Amino acid sequence: LVTTGVGAKTYRRIRFILIQNRAGKTRLAKWYMQFDDDEKQKLIEEVHAVVTVRDAKHTNFVEFRNFKIIYRRYAGLYFCICVDVTDNNLAYLEGIHNFVEVLNEYFHNVCELDLVFNFYKVYTVVDEMFLAGEIRETSQTKVLKQLLMLQSLE
Amino acid sequence: MCSCYYSSVWLHVNTGECNLASKHVPLQYLITLHWFETLFLCVFQRMPAPIRLRELIRTIRTARTQAEEREMIQKECAAIRSSFREEDNTYRCRNVAKLLYMHMLGYPAHFGQLECLKLIASQKFTDKRIGYLGAMLLLDERQDVHLLMTNCIKNDLNHSTQYVQGLALCTLGCMGSSEMCRDLAGEVEKLLKTSNSYLRKKAALCAVHVIRKVPELMEMFLPATKNLLSEKNHGVLHTSVVLLTEMCERSPDMLLHFRKLVPQLVRILKNLIMSGYSPEHDVSGISDPFLQVRILRLLRILGRSDDDSSEAMNDILAQVATNTETSKNVGNAILYETVLTIMDIKSESGLRVLAINILGRFLLNNDKNIRYVALTSLLKTVQTDHNAVQRHRSTIVDCLKDLDVSIKRRAMELSFALVNGNNIRGMMKELLYFLDSCDPEFKADCASGVFLAAEKYAPSKRWHIDTIMRVLTTAGSYVRDDSVPNLIQLITNSVEMHAYTVQRLYKALLDDISQQPLVQVSSWCIGEYGDLLVSGQCEEEEPIQVTEDEVLDVLEGLLVSNLSTPVTRGYSLTAIMKLSTRFSSVNRIKKVVSIYSSSIDVELQQRAVEYNALFKKYDHMRPALLERMPIMEKTASNGPTEIMQTNGETEPSVPDTKHLPLVTQPANQANDLLDLLGGNDVVPVIQTTLPTKPASAGGELLDLLGDLSLSGGLAPAPSVPVSQPPFLLDGLSSQPLFNDTSAAIPPMTAYSKNGLKIEFTFERANPNPNIAVITIHATNTTEADMTEFVFQAAVPKTFQLQLLSPSSNIVPALNQGSVTQVIRVLNPQKQQLRMRVKLTYTHKGSPVQDLAEVNNFPPQSWQ
Repeated sequence: LVTTGVGAKTYRRIRFILIQNRAGKTRLAKWYMQFDDDEKQKLIEEVHAVVTVRDAKHTNFVEFRNFKIIYRRYAGLYFCICVDVTDNNLAYLEGIHNFVEVLNEYFHNVCELDLVFNFYKVYTVVDEMFLAGEIRETSQTKVLKQLLMLQSLE
Repeated sequence: MCSCYYSSVWLHVNTGECNLASKHVPLQYLITLHWFETLFLCVFQRMPAPIRLRELIRTIRTARTQAEEREMIQKECAAIRSSFREEDNTYRCRNVAKLLYMHMLGYPAHFGQLECLKLIASQKFTDKRIGYLGAMLLLDERQDVHLLMTNCIKNDLNHSTQYVQGLALCTLGCMGSSEMCRDLAGEVEKLLKTSNSYLRKKAALCAVHVIRKVPELMEMFLPATKNLLSEKNHGVLHTSVVLLTEMCERSPDMLLHFRKLVPQLVRILKNLIMSGYSPEHDVSGISDPFLQVRILRLLRILGRSDDDSSEAMNDILAQVATNTETSKNVGNAILYETVLTIMDIKSESGLRVLAINILGRFLLNNDKNIRYVALTSLLKTVQTDHNAVQRHRSTIVDCLKDLDVSIKRRAMELSFALVNGNNIRGMMKELLYFLDSCDPEFKADCASGVFLAAEKYAPSKRWHIDTIMRVLTTAGSYVRDDSVPNLIQLITNSVEMHAYTVQRLYKALLDDISQQPLVQVSSWCIGEYGDLLVSGQCEEEEPIQVTEDEVLDVLEGLLVSNLSTPVTRGYSLTAIMKLSTRFSSVNRIKKVVSIYSSSIDVELQQRAVEYNALFKKYDHMRPALLERMPIMEKTASNGPTEIMQTNGETEPSVPDTKHLPLVTQPANQANDLLDLLGGNDVVPVIQTTLPTKPASAGGELLDLLGDLSLSGGLAPAPSVPVSQPPFLLDGLSSQPLFNDTSAAIPPMTAYSKNGLKIEFTFERANPNPNIAVITIHATNTTEADMTEFVFQAAVPKTFQLQLLSPSSNIVPALNQGSVTQVIRVLNPQKQQLRMRVKLTYTHKGSPVQDLAEVNNFPPQSWQ
């Protein structure tokens, strides 16, 4: 468990959020920690390798390096969140589902192509719901309202 | 395209006329024409408007190969680059968006960084949006370029539109570096106090990021936190709790300060549970589970190691634990967090039992995620709440059969933690079954775990041996290397099981010789107890009829088999040799040994040659050398006996030295000492002295081994420390290497006469508390040196003594130096230490001899 005090070593937060398809193409990569470009590429490949071999009889949590990945597969896309080992798995699983439901509402039955052609909008959704590596807004109605407002400014 | 453009221009200008050149055109017309020409030329030579983002995406998706895609991307990059060069404001946004898309595909896009900054500085919202997105994707704190953003962000934080402010906060919160955070913390703090909830949420999380980057700024946000918890807006509440959590985690002072918020948090949590259906934050019937989880976590941090807060939380925790619905994942997420909190704070035992029961219920859940989570938490609590976890043992053991690898691993670890004297038989059955069927990656850990558990809780020796045999036969190749010596020690110590053990091992060997640890243990046992095997005495089970030749066949088979490693071959050769004293077919053994004396394997050859020599020249010593191993002292697994054992089986030719003093009487000072001291109740001292002195007890043998003419110029036998008693094999250096764990033992003066003073200082040998290490310091107060100084000591029969080499044999005059020597005393019966010492030296030309008795040992040295 986390040590209190200045210099607490474990960062309890999201390190990155990744949406990948089965072939390994990244549809969204949001990083909340500093990585080099080649490190990022390596991480993406590793996550892909680890997550795609797992099937329904595996749990949704993988221990990965010294973090943990919580992922869920929706159709052909894997939604992965990388968190600290001490975080609450089940809560983040709910977080993923919340996020996907918002995407679904916003894009009206979202599919992978929506995410491809409107990638900057997907980033906006992410930024409305997560910030600085924490879950920010959990109410779907509120998020959708804000997104529509932002859209009207375009 | 060029000519069509041109021609359409011409057609446009020359309305009606087809051939300009032929007509006489007035000058004005020509000038205008020229102007039009250059205008359209300029327009033409400018790139056409950059393609839209959607088009680009569509085009790229039509690429069928990677090379094609790369080509398209390169072309587009070139277009974008020239477009950037032209400083065109209208299309910058579109270009950067395209660049970002290409970046997402994995192509380099760094030339767009400055463009992002320009977009941020623009006034249009769409520009800003893409600009900030670009900044978050392309920039990071390692490039100095990002500092240019600081001013823009500052302005945007004070913008009139909340959405712009929101953008700025978001960017700062995601990738702000420490310098930026330092500059902008004030703005963030201001926004934290605003009444606009949209901004407050973002500001709170941005503050979290600032604190993470620059912890010293934490105090700055303190005043703003005062009213955070009284917010009604869930979003703000949620982010405030996150902020508070971060502050409490980082600073103990903050923790104390915020402890007083516990009642408020409890109230909020209560409202959440009690309140009815709230559509906005509802997830599957539970109102704002995310907020509940965060509050629980904050309560955990606040209540840790604080009794009052923990007490204030007890009720609400119990309430959450009992009222939350568990049918969906959401409810379980909350329950899990509750359990973690209960375990961590100083909760009363009833609550803890409740928590463990929840975890037990989780184990029965169909959802494997929840089972996994439960197993992980139970592993953490099994140390503290052992009994409560025991109740769920059967469920845990069932999880060993789960399909998911991580669940199996957790279940295995937890099962081992739960094994105790009562359930050992049942548990072991399950675990052995698991060992049979599990994946190879588990086998090593499982095997070690089984060994440990069996060692601690074995109900009987036979059960222990059976279990170990089962492990060796099922997972033999995965056991760790040190299990072989451990097992041998175990077998040696269970004297009454020797016949049974060797029989079973022999049978196992007949079945399968591929698992090396099993083969090694078996061959060692057959070597030791082969006579029992052949004689057919076995009480435990049906004795098998086996002849000497059959046994030798098996052992020889090991020698030639391709499956045997060199180490195994060594074992079997030595076993064959040992059988020469136990079996009657000596000739066959002699033949085998002589065959291998020309083996290619150096180790094997060396052994064979030595054994050959044993047959030829030293046949009279053979029985003594190859006698049964004694019972080894059972110590902690890393004690000196361990080393003795390894020496014991890899070099069984090392004679059992406890017998040595009986075999040959040393014909030197040690004898004299014996005579002097009456011999009866004194064990002769085996002493290592300076090389000038004749060798002691095992000396004859040492000489013998040194004389052996080893063919091929092999190195002298590694079994050099022959003359030292087994338990002191690791103390080859003359300095004690152990920690002074009993620094409290005071030094004492053992002898002081005629100017010679001998002091004893004590240390305790760490691995074996029965061994006391005494260092003697001999000093000389007279004006002449004492040369040829020899210190000898004798102890009563219940002790064993070893003298290591002294530092020198000259005690310098006038306390200019001292002679030190280390004595090691084994005192297994913890009797009072007594010692008789004999000193001989030459002083001023005449020899001096003295005897003394030392009785004044401090009690701590032998207790």
